[in-house]
Amino acid sequence: MRFFYKPLFRLVPDGTRIHFMRGRYAGLIVSAVLSLASLGLFFYPGMRLGIDFKGGVVMEARTPTPPSFPAIRAALAAHDLPDAGLQALGAKNEVMIRLESRANAEATDAAVARVHAALDQVAPGNQVLSTSAVGASVSAQLFHQGLMALGLSLLMILIYIWFRFEWQFAVGAVVTLILDITKTIGFLVITRLQFDLVMVAAILTILGYSTNDKVVVYDRMRENLRKYKTMPLRELIDMSINETLNRTLGTSMTVFLAALPLALFGGSSIQDFAIAMLFGIVVGTSSSIFIAAPILLFLGEKRLRRDTRPAKPESAKKVQARL
Amino acid sequence: MLYFSRLKAAIVIGACLLGLLLCVPNFIAAPLKGLPWPQIHLGLDLRGGSFLLMQVDMNAVAKEKLGSTLDEVRQDFRKASIGYTRLASDATTNQVQIQLLDANQRAAAITALGDMLNPPNGPGSLADFTAGGDGTNLILTLSPPAMQARAKAALTQSIEIIRRRIDSTGIVDPQIAQQGNNRIMVQLPGITDPQHVKKLLGETAHMTFHLVDESVNANSGQQPPPGDAFLPMQDNPSQKIAIQQSVMVDGADLTNAQAGQDPQTGGWVVNITFDSLGSRQFADVTSANVGHPFAIVLDNQVISDPVIREAITGGRAQISGSANAQAATDLALLLRAGALPAPLTVVEEQSVGPELGADAIRAGAISLGVGFVLVIFFMAAFYGLFGWFANIALIANLIMMMGVLSLLGATLTLPGMAGILLTLGMAVDANILINERVREEVRNGRTPLQALEAGYKRAYGTIIDSNVTALLAHVMLFIFGAGPVRGFAVTITVGIVTTLFTATVFARLLTSRWYVYRRPAALPV
Repeated sequence: MRFFYKPLFRLVPDGTRIHFMRGRYAGLIVSAVLSLASLGLFFYPGMRLGIDFKGGVVMEARTPTPPSFPAIRAALAAHDLPDAGLQALGAKNEVMIRLESRANAEATDAAVARVHAALDQVAPGNQVLSTSAVGASVSAQLFHQGLMALGLSLLMILIYIWFRFEWQFAVGAVVTLILDITKTIGFLVITRLQFDLVMVAAILTILGYSTNDKVVVYDRMRENLRKYKTMPLRELIDMSINETLNRTLGTSMTVFLAALPLALFGGSSIQDFAIAMLFGIVVGTSSSIFIAAPILLFLGEKRLRRDTRPAKPESAKKVQARL
Repeated sequence: MLYFSRLKAAIVIGACLLGLLLCVPNFIAAPLKGLPWPQIHLGLDLRGGSFLLMQVDMNAVAKEKLGSTLDEVRQDFRKASIGYTRLASDATTNQVQIQLLDANQRAAAITALGDMLNPPNGPGSLADFTAGGDGTNLILTLSPPAMQARAKAALTQSIEIIRRRIDSTGIVDPQIAQQGNNRIMVQLPGITDPQHVKKLLGETAHMTFHLVDESVNANSGQQPPPGDAFLPMQDNPSQKIAIQQSVMVDGADLTNAQAGQDPQTGGWVVNITFDSLGSRQFADVTSANVGHPFAIVLDNQVISDPVIREAITGGRAQISGSANAQAATDLALLLRAGALPAPLTVVEEQSVGPELGADAIRAGAISLGVGFVLVIFFMAAFYGLFGWFANIALIANLIMMMGVLSLLGATLTLPGMAGILLTLGMAVDANILINERVREEVRNGRTPLQALEAGYKRAYGTIIDSNVTALLAHVMLFIFGAGPVRGFAVTITVGIVTTLFTATVFARLLTSRWYVYRRPAALPV
C-alpha cells in the first residue's frame, strides 16, 4: 500500500544549498577541453560514417556455422572484391560485409551478386538477411540535409528562448547545445559507433532533451529574478539549480531508464542509438548545471540586474502574498 | 485549476477514447470495403521487404524535348519553305542551333516556329523556348521555368507509371512517394529480392512503330542519312536496322497488351490493341506500305521488323520475338502501364529478409517493454500515488500517440519505436515538474488544495516553454530532414502534442477526481 500511495525515496534531499557556481570555471574549462578534443577527433581519425553518408553496400548474412573471417575474406578477394570489409554482428554466426561505393547501379548489382557467390562457396546454406546499397550522390545530399536541419533547429531554439527570456539565456542555451553536440560526436568517434541517419535522429533527440532541461532551469531563474530583486545573480542561479535539482535528476533518470534496456539488449539496429542517447542524457543534464548556468552568469552578471533598484521590504512581501 | 465541469471532463475522456478508437484498425481487419481504415505501417526492418530510391534522369527529359524540337523545326520550316544549312541541338546548354540560308527569312522563321516561342495559353503561361542569336544564326534556348514545369510533370508521371507497373505485379501494400525534386521512393513489403522489380521499373518501355528505310544498308558503317537512324536488333545487337525517324504510330496509343502464344509457331507474342487514333494511323500506314517491312522499336532497340502483308485495319497487332513466357508477360505489363517519360536509375536500395525482421522485433520488443516498465516503476516509487496518476496518463499518452500515428498512416521502424519510448520517458517530465511544484508548495505550508492549484498553475509556464522549444526544433527537422529522420520528427512532434494533453489535462482530471472524492488532509508527496 505504501508503494502505491507514498513516495519511497528522494534523489536528493529537499533544501540543498550546493554552490554550483563555485565550480563554474572548472565546468567551463573541462567542457571546452572535451569539446576541443572532440573537434580534433572529428578531423582525425574522424567519424565512422555509415552507409547512409558514405555510400556503398552493406550485407548481413547468417552462416550455418560460426563464420571464419579469413576464409570469407579470401573468397571475396577471389571474387574480385578485395575492398570488402568484414565485421561480426551481435549473434555469433552472423557476419556483416561492406563494400565501397560503386560507379553505377549495374556495378553495384554485379558486386552484390559476387558476394552471394563468394558466400555460397565458403559457407553453403547461408542466408543473406539484408542488403543495402546507397549511391554516393544520395549520401552527400542526405548529409547536407541533416546538417541544415540541425542548424535550423538550433536557430529556432535561439529565437524562441530569446523571445521568451532574454538574449543571454538564448546564447547560453545554444552555446551549451553546440558544446553538447560536439561532445556527442567525440563520443561517437571514440566508441567507433557508426554515424548514420539513425544516429542523426539520436543526436536530435539528445538536442531536444538537453534543450528541455535547460529551459526548465532557466525558467526557474527567470521566476527567481522577478521574485528576489536584490539577490546577486550568482546566489540566485545556485538557488534555482538547487530548487530544480530533483526534477532535473528525476527526468534524466526516467529517460535513462527507458534507454538503458535498449542499449543492453535492443538488437544491433537500436543499440547504437540507445548508447548515444545514454551519453547524451548524462552530458545534457550536467551541461544545464555546469555550462549553461555559468555562461548565463558571465553574460548576465551586470546586465540582467541593470534596471532593478533594491526592492523595498514591503514590495517583497507583496510578491510573497500574491503567490 | 482543479475544477472540471462535467462537460469538460467528458471532452477529456472522450479525447482519450477517440485515441483508443483510432488504434483499433491496427488490430482488426476492415469490416467493410471502402471504409477508411488508417493503420500504422510497419517499416521494412520489422516485416522484411525492399526499399528502392530511384532517380529520374532529368537530363534525359531535356534531351528528349530538344530531340522532338528538331523534328518540329524541320516540319515547320518545310511548311513555310524556309531554307537552313544547319540544325542541331546542344544538350549541355539546352539549345537548338539553326543556321538559316538567308538572314531576310529570320522574321518568317520565327513566325513559323510560333507555337514554341509564344506562350501556348496566352500571356502569363510559359513558352518553351526563347529565340536568340542574330543574322542567319538563330538560337532557341529552352527556358528554365518551362524546363522545371516539364521536370515536375515527368516526376509525377513517373510515379503514376511506377504505381501501375507495381500494381500489376500483384505486390501487396506497396508505398510509392516522391522524394525531393527528382527522386521516387518505393517500398515493397515482403519482396526480399528486388531484382525483378528493379528490372521492370528500370525499363523506359517507350515503344514506337517506324517504317524501314530499305534504300540504305545499316551495317555498312556509314553515317545514317538525315531523318534516318540505325538501331540495333534486341536479340542481336550487332545487326542494325535503318529506320525512318518519324514515328508512324506511338505505343502510347494502345489500349491493351496481353501475352500469348502464336498458334502457328508456338512462340511467345504480345497481342496489342490500338485506340481509335492509333488504329487509324496504323491502318493508313500499313495500307500505303504493303510489301514493305516496318520496325517495332522499344527503347531504341528493334524488337522485330516484320513485312506488312496486308493493310491492318482492325487496330490489332502482334509483336513476336519474346524469348519466353516471362519476357512476353513483362513486355505486355510494361506496354499496358505506359512508358516512363525519362529513364530511372536506382540510387539507393535496401532489402531485409524476414528472419532479420523476426529477430529484430523480438529483441526490440523486449527492450522496449522493459524500458517502459522501468519508467512506470520509477515514477511510482518516486512519487507514490501522483506517480501512478502520471503512469495512467503515460499509458493514455501512448494510446493517443498510436491513434494519431495511425490516422497519419505513419511508418513505424525499430528506431522509430525507440523514439516513442524515449518520448514517453521525457513525457513524464511534465508530471515531474508538477509534482515537484506541488511538493514545494506543501513545504511552503499550503493546504492540499492550494498546493495542488498553485503547483499546476506554476508548472504550466515551464511545461509550455520547454515543450514548445523542443517542438520547434522537431518541426524544423520535419521540414528539412530526409527520409527516416523525417519520420522520426513526425513521431516526436506527435508525442510532444499528446504529452501536453495527457500530462497536464488528463493527469489533472485524475488528480481532481481523487481530491474531490477523498478530501485528504495531507497530500502524499
